[in-house]
Amino acid sequence: MADVTTVVLVGVGGQGTILAGDVIAKVAVAEGHDVKLSEVHGMAQRGGSVDTIVRFGECVFSPIIDPGVADHLIAFEITEAARRLTYLAPDGRLVVNSRTIHPLPVLTGAVPAVAGVEAALDYEGAVFIDAEAIACEAGSPRSANVVLLGAASFGLPFAEETWREVIASRVPPKTVEANLRAFELGRKACAEGACEL
Amino acid sequence: MTRSLMSGNEAVARGAWEAGVTVGVGYPGTPSTEVLENLVSYEDVRCQWAPNEKVAAEVGVGVSYGGHRTLVTMKHVGVNVAADPLFTLSYIGVGGGYVLLVADDPGMHSSQNAQDSRNYASFAKVPMLEPSSSQEALEFTKIAFEISELYDTPVLVRSTTRISHSKSLVEVGEREAREPLEFVQSPAKWVMMPGNARARRIELAARMKRLEAFANESPLNRIEMRDTELGVITSGIAYQYTREGLPEASVLKLGIVNPLPDDLILEFVSKVKRVAVIEELDPYLTSRLKVLGVELVETGLPVIGELSPAAIASAFGVQAPTLREAIKDLPPRPPLLCPGCPHRGVYWALGKLKAVVTGDIGCYTLGALPPLSAMDTCVCMGASVGMAHGLSLTGAAGKRPVVGVIGDSTFAHSGITGVLDMVYNGASGTIAILDNRTTAMTGHQGNPVSGKTLAGEDAPALDLEVLCKALGVESVRTVDPLDMADTLAVLTEETSRPGLSVVIAKAPCALLIRSDADPVAIDDELCTKCGACVRLGCPAIMKLPIGSPIIDAAICVGCGQCVQVCKFDAIVSSGAACDFGGVL
Repeated sequence: MADVTTVVLVGVGGQGTILAGDVIAKVAVAEGHDVKLSEVHGMAQRGGSVDTIVRFGECVFSPIIDPGVADHLIAFEITEAARRLTYLAPDGRLVVNSRTIHPLPVLTGAVPAVAGVEAALDYEGAVFIDAEAIACEAGSPRSANVVLLGAASFGLPFAEETWREVIASRVPPKTVEANLRAFELGRKACAEGACEL
Repeated sequence: MTRSLMSGNEAVARGAWEAGVTVGVGYPGTPSTEVLENLVSYEDVRCQWAPNEKVAAEVGVGVSYGGHRTLVTMKHVGVNVAADPLFTLSYIGVGGGYVLLVADDPGMHSSQNAQDSRNYASFAKVPMLEPSSSQEALEFTKIAFEISELYDTPVLVRSTTRISHSKSLVEVGEREAREPLEFVQSPAKWVMMPGNARARRIELAARMKRLEAFANESPLNRIEMRDTELGVITSGIAYQYTREGLPEASVLKLGIVNPLPDDLILEFVSKVKRVAVIEELDPYLTSRLKVLGVELVETGLPVIGELSPAAIASAFGVQAPTLREAIKDLPPRPPLLCPGCPHRGVYWALGKLKAVVTGDIGCYTLGALPPLSAMDTCVCMGASVGMAHGLSLTGAAGKRPVVGVIGDSTFAHSGITGVLDMVYNGASGTIAILDNRTTAMTGHQGNPVSGKTLAGEDAPALDLEVLCKALGVESVRTVDPLDMADTLAVLTEETSRPGLSVVIAKAPCALLIRSDADPVAIDDELCTKCGACVRLGCPAIMKLPIGSPIIDAAICVGCGQCVQVCKFDAIVSSGAACDFGGVL
């Protein structure tokens, strides 16, 4: 499927990966691509691991993918980036929100928090984005998912204007300005290559 | 015509609307729920949640009897509940078009089993269509209504998680301008007592013959000739995986999976050198091919879980790509009860009582996971009540109390008859109804207990206390599960008395209310590190290797449950944010 591009968004239920995936899919449609998007609803949304897959190109068949196929892995949480790393092609692009959300077995002390994930992801070529901090800077702490969209957008072949139009149509009217600022700052952070860990 | 991005569920809703459906009815269940939630937004359609799938299916039968078109929706296990009317409706046939959308969940993303609904189609002798994209979901739904009326039969449309919850481009049409069919009262057709049913059974056999002829000719089943070395027979989402995994293979794509088009299958088989069946879950197509005497390639593909393009490609010797090395020993991330979830208080109390807890289907099933580990069984909708009854008959729990735990929507679905049975047969035990005012797990649908309809209108809210008393339960009490001491006291009293009791734990789902309470924090000076708060399994509370636990102010909703379990008054209200990132 050489003509198909695959973006995988991973995170924790409730982080807004579905909305972000929906925006990417709509941008790809607006730019004339065939698109498929796959989401997971139900039990996993209650704080479990979630992934959203967006695929676009001339003609897309499968909405889901196998390991080694993703061109972009956008992780909303660092442990989830590590969990899904094998989905990313060896030459794929990895953008990671540097925040850790500890799963319940770690919170209760049943399982130790894993060390060295940042270093392992760094070794794999990750660009780290502090999405929460950038979202605050943009004026809306809840826009972290749009910050990550901005970071994702930097490597995707779509016009900036199309992104802005789709985001503006998809977020609550009162938050359009903050979200567009969040998008811009995320895109800029990624363009600059990294952020402080 | 512009194309828009739609999920399979949105497309089924659109197709039903375009087909002129006037009533949509179902019970929420992942991955089927969004069909009716979308259909309700169209004009000139009435959409309703029924208390369960059997009632939904029967309301649909009434609509069809009246000459109108109806869409009935449910998840795969819902068909078990609706099977009773379905198996006889196939004898009767329809008035107005009757389409039942069933959404299967291969891989069990959000289900207790992975039954393959295609078996229901052949078992109940009902035609079944299986779309492989959102565009087909729309078109097949429309065609299903035509087949239903043309052949006088209910029609099943089968989706799976990857159809229902995947979005792809859809070209939409307009709503058909159509008048309902005439309301015809015909007892020989509609009264299924033995004499009539025997005649309808013969008609059903003749109908299935006619449908098989239709399946052999219909464009819903199509042969795509490419390389003749390998021919694949497939349907649904497996078609998409096949096209991606084996782009050169010729394909017989089946849009009608019951009845199967034997002539077309044999025609396809004659055109290719080797034949393989690629299907998810049961060997449904495979069995038919074997009956037809077709020699099949042994693919070794699993009959458990989902397929994927690479699984199919590798079954035919295509090398998998080189992978990055996995990062090992990551902590698992199971789903959990939300911060402020009122179910937590009930499970805490049941843990204190060392109760044997028969559980049920809903968010509260998550109480089975550590650290609460407070649920011992989960089988199907309503089973908590029957199982509590059955277990109490054995005495196997000894001195430990037996408590059945069931949610509000699940109780309305199939818990009421279980309680009636306990009353009727003089059973002892306690049933806890966790009434969080919504059907939470599937995304907050209204139900008869919450008194909100699918259209968002107010309805009479079922009074659980009055109902349970009317059923004959001796003791019925309501508690606020966020008041943990009271919840424990009431459950202690009710489980230690002889006879049958119902405890209604009533507090809205934490996701339905915006809490204005301040987050709480742990005072290091007062904390003895006893771990009582950590054992609540709240995602806002974190145990540290050394020192007191900390509370993440960003997600704490200030529900106060941890405050109540702390014997040392070490958890106090705090406006200050405490960031994990800064501490670790």
